[in-house]
Amino acid sequence: MIERTSGVFRLRNRRLPGMVRWFGLVGLAFLIFAIVLIIIGKNPIRAYINIFSSTLGSAYGLSEIVVKMIPLILTAIAVALPSRIWLINVGGEGQLHIGALFATGGALHFSYLPAWILMPLIFVLGFLGGGLWAMISGILRARGWASETISTLLMNYVAILLVNFFVFGPWKDPESANYPQTAEFVGAAILPALGGTRVHFGLVFAIVSLIIYYLLLSYTRWGLEMRAIGNNSEAAQRNGIPIARYIILLMFIGGGIAGLAGMSEVSAIQGRLRPGISPGYGFTGFLISWMSGGNPLGMVASAFLLAIIISGGDILQMAHGLPGSAVHILMSLILFVVLGRSGGRRSAK
Amino acid sequence: MGKKNFKMGMGFLALLSALMFMLVTTTSARASSEPKLKVGILHIGSIADAGYNQAHAEGAQIMKKNLPGVEVIGVENVPEGADAERVMENMIKQGAKLIIPASFGYLDPALRVSKKYPDIKFVHPGGYKRAPNLGTYWASTPEAFYLMGIAAGKTTKTNKMGYVVALPISFFLANINAFQIGARSVNPSVETRVVFTGTFLDPGKEATAANALLDQGVDVLGVIVDSPITVVQTAEKRNAYSVGYHYLGVQKFAPKGWISGIAFTWGELYTRFAKQVMDGTWKSENLLGNLSSDYLTIAPFGPAVSADAAKLVNAKKQEFISGKSQVFQGPIKDNKGVERLKAGEVWPMENLGKMDFLIEGVIGQAR
Repeated sequence: MIERTSGVFRLRNRRLPGMVRWFGLVGLAFLIFAIVLIIIGKNPIRAYINIFSSTLGSAYGLSEIVVKMIPLILTAIAVALPSRIWLINVGGEGQLHIGALFATGGALHFSYLPAWILMPLIFVLGFLGGGLWAMISGILRARGWASETISTLLMNYVAILLVNFFVFGPWKDPESANYPQTAEFVGAAILPALGGTRVHFGLVFAIVSLIIYYLLLSYTRWGLEMRAIGNNSEAAQRNGIPIARYIILLMFIGGGIAGLAGMSEVSAIQGRLRPGISPGYGFTGFLISWMSGGNPLGMVASAFLLAIIISGGDILQMAHGLPGSAVHILMSLILFVVLGRSGGRRSAK
Repeated sequence: MGKKNFKMGMGFLALLSALMFMLVTTTSARASSEPKLKVGILHIGSIADAGYNQAHAEGAQIMKKNLPGVEVIGVENVPEGADAERVMENMIKQGAKLIIPASFGYLDPALRVSKKYPDIKFVHPGGYKRAPNLGTYWASTPEAFYLMGIAAGKTTKTNKMGYVVALPISFFLANINAFQIGARSVNPSVETRVVFTGTFLDPGKEATAANALLDQGVDVLGVIVDSPITVVQTAEKRNAYSVGYHYLGVQKFAPKGWISGIAFTWGELYTRFAKQVMDGTWKSENLLGNLSSDYLTIAPFGPAVSADAAKLVNAKKQEFISGKSQVFQGPIKDNKGVERLKAGEVWPMENLGKMDFLIEGVIGQAR
């Protein structure tokens, strides 16, 4: 992701097929975690069986995987898109929060509007919220004032505090015993879900974003120019490609997509804004983008895998009496293995 | 994307799914003896927090011990957002017939799941909404805080006491107010300083707040966060007194400066819930216990509390139980000088959720 690659997606021109490597690395993480399980006296095979059967073994389990994948894919694209021109957006979490904040503002203040106006309005607000938030870092970077890695990371905390300010203060629901949460959204502000499940319209946002992301990079002049910037920014600049404009624009769009994740979480899942709307989706999205090198199918596969781990992690507690932190060990193992991969590749060059 | 890659990937996927199918079919063949009742309990934090979560978890364990054949499925660290619903659904899929979503923020998710499963019973601590199959339970705490105020007001030497509190929500404001009223009833010159940390668990902020209060000359520290350990340990380290909350076992973290504490002892209540669900007599109600309930317990007094103070506390406790005394009895002024209750007026306990002020003598902001 940080390295310059010759193709659009780094997984392309490698001797070892990307997917094989992907499965190998994930398998390695699972293997190490199995050893950890054996050490603490648990049967890893049964643990894995439980994880996979609880998530993939039923229609409900599968639907919940999809529910988890929606914010993960959106926040992964938010990282992958700017990374095409070596921008490192660590701010998915904050962009998600501001997207949720803007969307909530719309839902609360325009609750009298009919759904066909209110819903698109909330959508636009969610995108704008995340987009503008990320654009601040984009401008700072384009002007050469501050690294986007640092500014996006730090602005996560600001974003979460901003959300807290509103739910503790002006937007607090008087009906909820002074508890910090906004009033419930009206029906017109709730994203529709697929009959009986929690799979909501955000899935369409995720799929469309993925397709646009792929088409944009592969078939458009913008994609070509971005590739040029990614490969050799100096040469690109000499050829008249407006790099600063690309930095700001890509940060805006990336942040906007993360904002959609926040918007769909409050509108479809929570039905109101409250502290803790995201259990770190933005950071997991970063991991996913990193794991897959920005490859669209890779992102889907990685989001799928992490959704299984997060959802199936409950089972480790329910059926095996493992502490709640066990699943975090597995997730960080995957992160380590993936980091190890890119480290090893760099030194091999 | 390379075609070859794609083919190999699909091959792997096919292999993986075949493997998975085999594994799934082998597990479903495994039979086991069914328990009489499965109870699912969700915790917002760690069940080893010596606080809110441990109190619930131990309650569930006592229920299990009391009722042979009852199984407990506990899951800790469940975020209040999207995950809570899934965990509850999975518990139901595992056969749970009674669910205890043990955090305030689980109320909305629990209500949604309860609508989907009318046959499953839910009991929620502190909820303000109910459903035909979702009841709520809690204990009225201001009386207990009043008693802590008596013990602390008698013990303090600097006449300055401090409270580290998560959020300025109504119930917590009521507790602080009750503490100050109780303290003032035995020591007219006492004041209570409050710091809100803004979150239910942040040991760093709690330690900072506790130290800041101690630096201001406070010599009694109380705490309303999920895990009281940090605050009582900080008090102990700096030779101050402490008042515990949530869990009966807090005393061992501050044996020297221990005054007393308020603890939730849910075991017998959970046992009754489970029994009612098993024999079909459970019904949705809004259960609000008091000092006479077996799930609200005043912890033993520490060495710092005089026999005189202990006697006062016990006498007042009986007055609260018999209904002879009320905590919020007018006249009451808030700490901005506005009269909130006229002489002779009583703040009704069912309106605790509307208390939005701190009383005279409490230093802090109610929002």
